Amino acid sequence: MKEFEILEHTADIGIAAYGKTKREVFINAAKGMYNIITEDKREFKENFSHHIKLTAENLENLLVAWLSELLYLSETKLVVFNKFEIEELSDYQLTGKVFGKRIDQSGHKIKREIKAVTYHRLEVKEDKESGLWRAQVIFDI
Amino acid sequence: MKESWDGPLNKIDDYRWEIPKTYNSGMRVPGLIYASSNLLEKIRQDQAPEQVANVAFLPGIVGRSLAMPDIHWGYGFCIGGVAATTLDDGVISPGGVGFDINCGVRLVRTNLTLKEVKPKVELLVDELFRAIPSGVGSKGKIKISYNEMRDVLRRGSKWAVERGFGWEEDILFTEEEGRMKDANPDLISKHALERGKPQLGTLGSGNHFLEIQVIDKVYDPEVARELGLEEGQITVMIHCGSRGLGHQVCTDYLVTMQKAVQKYGIQLPDRQLACAPLSSPEGKNYYAAMACAANYAWANRQCIMHWTREVFAKVFRSTSEELGIKLIYDVAHNIAKIEEHSLKGKKIKLCVHRKGATRAFPPFHPDIPKKYKKIGQPVLIPGDMGRCSYCLVGTEKAMEETFGSTCHGAGRIMSRMKAKKEARGRDIQQELREKGIIVKAESRGTLVEEMSDAYKDVSEVVEVMHQTGISRKVVRMRPLGVIKG
Repeated sequence: MKEFEILEHTADIGIAAYGKTKREVFINAAKGMYNIITEDKREFKENFSHHIKLTAENLENLLVAWLSELLYLSETKLVVFNKFEIEELSDYQLTGKVFGKRIDQSGHKIKREIKAVTYHRLEVKEDKESGLWRAQVIFDI
Repeated sequence: MKESWDGPLNKIDDYRWEIPKTYNSGMRVPGLIYASSNLLEKIRQDQAPEQVANVAFLPGIVGRSLAMPDIHWGYGFCIGGVAATTLDDGVISPGGVGFDINCGVRLVRTNLTLKEVKPKVELLVDELFRAIPSGVGSKGKIKISYNEMRDVLRRGSKWAVERGFGWEEDILFTEEEGRMKDANPDLISKHALERGKPQLGTLGSGNHFLEIQVIDKVYDPEVARELGLEEGQITVMIHCGSRGLGHQVCTDYLVTMQKAVQKYGIQLPDRQLACAPLSSPEGKNYYAAMACAANYAWANRQCIMHWTREVFAKVFRSTSEELGIKLIYDVAHNIAKIEEHSLKGKKIKLCVHRKGATRAFPPFHPDIPKKYKKIGQPVLIPGDMGRCSYCLVGTEKAMEETFGSTCHGAGRIMSRMKAKKEARGRDIQQELREKGIIVKAESRGTLVEEMSDAYKDVSEVVEVMHQTGISRKVVRMRPLGVIKG
C-alpha cells in the first residue's frame, strides 16, 4: 500500500493519502504534505516535539485542522516534521504528538512553501469493501 | 483533476461570454467571462467556469458573477473572479478574497535608462537578493514586538513610513492609502500574529517577485507622461502579499464561515464559498481581520520598496531622491472592498470581492490620487518571469460593467508537476539569460514551476481588457533582472 501520492492541479498541488486505519491515513497525509514541502525522503533525527490537540466539526474538517496546525507549527517554530503519533482520533477530535527537526537559518530543508490547506475536493473516506482509508486534499502554494 | 467544462458560454460579442442563469437553478444572476475565443478554449479546460456559475448562488450578489481573462480555477471562487454583494442582505466570502489577502503589485519609477542600468543588472540583482529576504522559510530583518505588530495591522503603510521605511508621499500612491480603516487586530488569531511577526519585510516565494524592468513600449504617450513614464526608462515592480499572516486569517475564518453557513441557513453549491452576511458579527469580523492582513501586505511592500531604493542608491552612488525613485501606484488583487457603485441608475454601496482581479477606477473618481484625476487609476499587471508586464489605467467602462475591476496577471495553465516535466533537461535560468534576463531565485524548483510556458500570455489577457474598454494600455515593461523566492 502506497502511503501517499501527489496529485496534479493547475495552480497548486494535492495529495491522496492511504491508510489501513483512520489514524494511518491522517499520518500519511501529513507525510505527504511534508514530502511536498521538503522533497526529502531521507530519515532524520528528531530534535523537536510538540503535543497537538484539535477539534473540528467533522472528520474532513479535522484533517484540514490537523494539516493546518502542522503548517502553523512548521512556520512559527521553523521545524519540519517527519514522525507523527496520533493518540486519539474521533470524527471531531484529535490528540497526538509530532516530532521533527529544526531547520537551519537558511531554510534549506524547505523546498516549497505551502500557504494553506484548502477544502477543495477534500475527502476522507473508508472503502467499504477493502476497509482502506483514502484522504484527498489540495494545498494552496 | 483537470476535467473540461461543457456548460453554456453564450457569445455576447468577441470578448464577452455569458453563462445564463438557466444553467443552474440556484444562480441568482448570470455569469460573464471576459475572454478572446483563443483564451476561451483554454478556459474550458478546467472547472473555472463552473466556479463562476457557483458564485452566482451567493446571497445578495448583484449584476453578474464576473471573471477576467486570466481566469483559472481556485477555491470556491475562481482566480480572476469578481463578485459584488449588497451590504444589507448580501454576504462576504473569504474564498472571494483568497488565502493571500492583498497579494498585490506596486510599480516604482526611476530616472535611470536602459543604457545606465544594463551593465549593472547582475550587481543590482545580487544586492537586492541580499537586501530583501525572500524564499521559503525566510525570516525578516524587522524586529518588532506583538504590540507593534498590532500597529502594523491597524495602520499599514502609515506604520512603515513613520518607522522610516519610505516617504510620506508613498502613501498617497497606494490603494486605500495603504490602510483600510476598519482593521481590528483583536480579530486576528494568535496563530496569525505568530506567523506574521517574523515575516514582515519578506518577499515570499512561488509567483512572488521583485523585478527590474525597462519600458519597451508606450501605447498612450499622454497618459504615460502624466505618470512620469517613458520608453527606455527603468522601473521596478514588486509583487507579494500578506505572507503567513494572511494565509492564517483566511484559514481561521473559513472555519468560522462554515459554521456561519449552517447558522444562517445559506445554501451553497460548494463548501468553499462559505460566507456570512455582511451585517452579521461573523461577516463584520472577517472584514475587519481581512483589513488587518491587507494593511500588513501594504506595510510589507512599503518596506521592500524602501530597501529597493537603498540598493539603487548604493549601486549608483546617489540618493533615491536624485534617482527619482518614486512610487507610481500600488494595487491589491486579492481583496474585498466596500465601494459605491451605480446599479440600475441608483448609487449603492457594495462589497466587491476581487480574487485575482484588480481595481480599475476611472478618471475623477474620488478614491484615486489627485495627481491622476485626469487619467484614471493606474492598474499594474505583472506578467510571468520571461514575459512583459503592463501598466494600464481604469475607465468608466469598468465602473459600468465590472464594478471597476480588471484582470490581474497571466494566470497559470500548466500544473507545477507538468512544468517540472516540461523543464526536464532545460536550464531555465540560462534560457532567460539568453533572453537578456538575469534571474536569481532561492530555489531552482521555483524557477522551473514559474517558467513562462506554465502561464497564459499576459499580453493576450491585457488585450481583452483593452479591447473591451475596461482598462487602457499605457506602457509595457520587459524584465531585465528578477529576484524570486
